[in-house]
Amino acid sequence: MAGKIPIAKTYKLFIDGAFPRSESGRTFSVNNSEGELIANVSQASRKDFREAVRAARSAQSPWASRTAYNRGQILYRVAEMLESRKPEFLELLKSIGVNNRVATREIEDSIQRLVWYAGWSDKYSQLLGSVNPVSGPYFNFTVPEPTGVVGIIAPTEPAMLGFISRIAPAIVSGNTVVVVSEAQSSLTSVTIAEVLVTSDVPAGVVNILTGDQTDLLPWMVGHLDVNAVDISGISPKTDLTHLEEVASNVKRVVSRSVDEESLELISDFLEMKTVWHPIGR
Amino acid sequence: MANSNSKDGSDLEDFGIEYASAIESTSLVTIKDKYGLFIDGEFVSSSSGKSFETLDPSTENSLSVVTEASSEDVDRAVRAARASYEKYWKKMPGTDRARYLFRIARHLQERAREFAVLETLDGGKPIKESRDVDLPLAAAHFFYHAGWADKLEYAFPQRKLEPHGVVGQIIPWNFPLLMAAWKLAPALACGNTVVLKPAETTPLTALLLAEVIRDVDLPPGVINIVTGAGATGSAIVEHPEVNKLAFTGSTEVGKLIQRSAVKRNLPLTLELGGKAPHVIFEDAALDQAIEGVINGIFFNQGHVCCAGSRLLVQESIADNFIDRLQKRIELLRVGNPLDKNTDIGAINSKAQLERIDQLVKAGIEEGAEVFKPSCSLPENGYWYPPTVLTGVQQSHRVAREEIFGPVLVVQTFRTPEEALEKANNTPYGLSAGIWTEKGSLIHWMAERLRAGVIWANTFNKFDPASPFGGYKESGFGREGGMQGLGAYLKNSGGRS
Repeated sequence: MAGKIPIAKTYKLFIDGAFPRSESGRTFSVNNSEGELIANVSQASRKDFREAVRAARSAQSPWASRTAYNRGQILYRVAEMLESRKPEFLELLKSIGVNNRVATREIEDSIQRLVWYAGWSDKYSQLLGSVNPVSGPYFNFTVPEPTGVVGIIAPTEPAMLGFISRIAPAIVSGNTVVVVSEAQSSLTSVTIAEVLVTSDVPAGVVNILTGDQTDLLPWMVGHLDVNAVDISGISPKTDLTHLEEVASNVKRVVSRSVDEESLELISDFLEMKTVWHPIGR
Repeated sequence: MANSNSKDGSDLEDFGIEYASAIESTSLVTIKDKYGLFIDGEFVSSSSGKSFETLDPSTENSLSVVTEASSEDVDRAVRAARASYEKYWKKMPGTDRARYLFRIARHLQERAREFAVLETLDGGKPIKESRDVDLPLAAAHFFYHAGWADKLEYAFPQRKLEPHGVVGQIIPWNFPLLMAAWKLAPALACGNTVVLKPAETTPLTALLLAEVIRDVDLPPGVINIVTGAGATGSAIVEHPEVNKLAFTGSTEVGKLIQRSAVKRNLPLTLELGGKAPHVIFEDAALDQAIEGVINGIFFNQGHVCCAGSRLLVQESIADNFIDRLQKRIELLRVGNPLDKNTDIGAINSKAQLERIDQLVKAGIEEGAEVFKPSCSLPENGYWYPPTVLTGVQQSHRVAREEIFGPVLVVQTFRTPEEALEKANNTPYGLSAGIWTEKGSLIHWMAERLRAGVIWANTFNKFDPASPFGGYKESGFGREGGMQGLGAYLKNSGGRS
């Protein structure tokens, strides 16, 4: 009789709005809290990382050129889509060992976080920028701009709230991101990707590589087209030998508590641009 | 030393006028034979007994002997800064910190002429620049930040912040006193104590500032000044008791510092090199644009991280523009930095002169055409004439590497899109210039140029209220303005 045997989801990478397998053909297994196999998840390679950066770079300028209002609407739309898929995320979080009460709270907090950052899209600029009273006949102002392409190490815990807390403050201002998501947390990350593709987030704005932090960190910190890295989600077991390669192109390095919600976090992924023009006749 | 003007003075002789120099007197300045390190409010000698000479680059004459701080000396300075932080500075109300900063500002204003002459002697920059730019701006930076010291909570509402503690600051030789002011004023306003290292070729104004610091009764140890070269800088960078680092200098050294700091999660700000595009559109006000380009690249001999070193001129006006530019360059006066008429002074050091010379030669080898005015240069000292390289391709070293000298590299473009593409085709992103009479084009360019400071229809303007700093490999963090304060404060946890 048809329908008795469940169809399991294949967890793949998320690059440029599509779900490719790793070019390496490798996977890693994710088990549930009872030790039973949930899925074989694609394990991203260096080449996958480069593809993701390429996608993020192409998407960055168009995303930053959207109006702040539009970026805010899209983030709000992501929250709407998450809301409609609450049961799915609840099951997913429970399967990796989060209890019902904590998981329910985590999902609510994740939705709220997106709504909070959505509202910031057309406001942070007024708080962080300025018109500057210079001593001379010049109009002088400072505006924040997105840093560019941001590499993010997503925390393994809390899987869902940690992921949302890292990407929202980066993308709200027009950055694009390449996120590394490890082990059990990769299941929620890839499922969030399914939410993103149905939320009008343009392809390439968020790219997700499931795989090992120690494998992928060197490529992230050494890549010359990555402008900033958020290492808040680094696991204690991850090898940080290559971290100093951030200096290869003077990357901005962000490290904060994994589920922080703050204006400063938006500011971490911004550059301040100051423009001078003479005043005269 | 004779001040050499263009064509051996023939431009003046055409009018029957002889050139008369106007040399600034050095009588205001007393340079000691030897300077110690300024630690815990006193001048002290080094544990190692090592010292080095500082020269007047316009004559190669020795000005004084300066102490080279060993890592033990740096340790002593850091401990003094720590003790001072705990004993005085951390507890002092912002209103009182402000009063000390106001005092420093006033003393700098009162002794401005003395500082300006010393700056010119030690660094080689024209007296008109040290007098009219470096000194007024240095004083203004202390004045501006004095006002912030008791108003920090207004800059960061909803946040509980505190100073880092001991800050290590390393500054370059191009604006010695001004860079000290940019570093010290916000650090002190935010409640930190400091160990500052001036550059080895230009330590004297920082040491004169130490006298001012003593005169204004700043508590001992709040500012410590250690002189030395790279090894002294490394000792500051590596010192485990330094809580935050701020560096202005080359991208190469900045990267080394970041490597060291990131492993320790140490707060860091970097203001590094540049290769700024200076974009001239065909509708620009050409006379003003010429002056802007001249100022952009020849100000301070081009020893300026934000110098407009890549001229991008629209093809339709390129020949005319370059012709006019060359005529204007013929009128620049290169020579004695103490002469109030001098436009271009001495190159800061022999090493820098060699680097400029080597890069220009590389440019010529790669196919660039070189223009230099017909001026003569003084025999002694380090000199390089104002130079323009045309026929330069994007791949040439002179189009990509920072020359940090009076050398302008010229490229052309046809459309705004092409100008933008070329302007942003660099790992640097400190500054950029735009000249056009079309307002919407200014904003279109300003929005898309990846640089921290954009000068439109002007160039090389600075102000303590105006944040300064780079994108990409030009560094991170801002100096000046409200946005510059954040680097000297950290979260103390929670919201107020």
